[in-house]
Amino acid sequence: MSILVVMEQRGGVWNKMSWETLAAGQQLAKEMSLPLTVAFLSDDVDKLAAELATRRISLILPLQHALLKSYTADGYTVALEQLIRKASPRLVLFPHTYQVRDFAPKVATRFQQVLISDVVGIRIENGIPTYVRQLFQGKLNADVTLAGPGPHFVSIQAGAYRADHVEAGQAAATDVMTPELSASQIRQTPDEPFRESARAVDLTAADIIVSVGRGIKDKENISLIADLAKALGGELAASRPICDSGWLPMERQVGSSGQTVSPKVYMAVGISGAIQHLVGMKGAKTIVAINKDANAPIFEVADYGIVGDLFEVVPALIAEVKKARG
Amino acid sequence: MKIIVSIKQVPVRDSQLRIDSNGRWIQENDLSFEINEPNAYALEEALQLKEKHGGEVVALCAGPARATQTIREALAKGADRAIHIEDDALASADTLGLAKLLAKAVEAEKPDLILTGLQSDDLGNGQTGVVLAELLGLPHGTIIMQVQATGQSIRVKRELEDGWFQHVDMPLPAVLTIQSGINKLRYATLMGIKKAKSKEIKRLTAAEMGVSSEPVAVLERVYLPLRSKQTQLLTGTAQEAAAKLVEKLKFEVRVI
Repeated sequence: MSILVVMEQRGGVWNKMSWETLAAGQQLAKEMSLPLTVAFLSDDVDKLAAELATRRISLILPLQHALLKSYTADGYTVALEQLIRKASPRLVLFPHTYQVRDFAPKVATRFQQVLISDVVGIRIENGIPTYVRQLFQGKLNADVTLAGPGPHFVSIQAGAYRADHVEAGQAAATDVMTPELSASQIRQTPDEPFRESARAVDLTAADIIVSVGRGIKDKENISLIADLAKALGGELAASRPICDSGWLPMERQVGSSGQTVSPKVYMAVGISGAIQHLVGMKGAKTIVAINKDANAPIFEVADYGIVGDLFEVVPALIAEVKKARG
Repeated sequence: MKIIVSIKQVPVRDSQLRIDSNGRWIQENDLSFEINEPNAYALEEALQLKEKHGGEVVALCAGPARATQTIREALAKGADRAIHIEDDALASADTLGLAKLLAKAVEAEKPDLILTGLQSDDLGNGQTGVVLAELLGLPHGTIIMQVQATGQSIRVKRELEDGWFQHVDMPLPAVLTIQSGINKLRYATLMGIKKAKSKEIKRLTAAEMGVSSEPVAVLERVYLPLRSKQTQLLTGTAQEAAAKLVEKLKFEVRVI
């Protein structure tokens, strides 16, 4: 029995969230008195395995195969299933990335298990973990448990654990595994990842960002928020639904599928604060929320909040900012 | 092309949620419900594929009796017929249990393509499509922003993180989970609403399908999240609150 952390890499570069999941794994291994094993998948594992060897890990289990060069759901599932059957961990932890969302439920199904996805915290009571996850776009939390001896599958939300809490340790043993994998088992043929176009707007450089969400109701009203951004000398940004509707270009989107920003001030106007948005902006130094719903999750991360109608508050705010600027 | 679209009914987006007295779910009796947003985009994508390639669109929904309204709306928008899995066991089913029911219903239809949304706005597990594909032994793609059907295979555009995308080819039949924003949603026409009344809704139960499973994942308790930050609420009229905020931005945050 062990805790197995599955780290994610692309082209030999670790996904940042992997370290947060490793921190979660180290903490749980301690609390549950279980050894910590770490797996990852690649066509070339040596350099990556060496990078893990300075962390407190009991055993490193790289899966190496030429067919694991590019990610495919089928290839990753076949390989990981073999590793999990061999290592028989009690608990398998993943970072909740887009890639994990694509294959981890499939792996869990092979063990007649259910992945508990997007977990924000884990409590251990009498040796049994209770997983905390969000419901209704962050409006409610839920405690979830998993029945049976496992293996249990859990993915960890961005920011739930801290990458800088990963503990250093003695060089762990490394046991490279070559999975039985053939091209005929992989039905997806992926092209190279690409970006739509060079980003004309670099939101990450902005000190002040004024961001608009569904609360704006209509495309015509976006100009109101643009005026506020201009008065404050900041950049205009938006949550996903605004860009989906074509009211602002995708390059102004903040969140898991858009840009991740950490400005001095992030002003969220009419944004409820679904987790997909929060992961893109919760690193801001100061967060201001203007929303008519006092229970909106955005207020959980806001330093300053105004509960009110944005169509009354924003014009007043523009006037006050102009007055203060003289 | 025969397409099944799996849809879910969820509370409308701005619902004021109250926790039920048993502490394990929300009070549903005073809520309004609607189609889960990514499912609406999946339905639209299916309708557009049918318009391009011909065939049939079947809406598949597992949910209580109230879900009939959402199914009717899908029929009014253009789905040809519907399958409604109505079962009391659904309330405590986990993703695997639900997907087993959906898989059984899909198997009997032998579709070319199965579409669903990437996640639900209520539970947000984001897994039903992937688990369904695995149970059916079909390839899948998630978080899809474009679908091009070319005979026996499809080419899809997957959304990755941080503004990256990727094209993936796979053979049909396949399962895709659709991302919001992939297309422009249509409204039901009056004619569509009228026609929907005579379209078939086939009702199935778990017992009829011979599917049963004990949940692995158990939802023990729901509750309001603890606030991680102490938010300073700025109160008063809009003018007063705005003036207070500018004070803070000027003297505490020092950006004005």
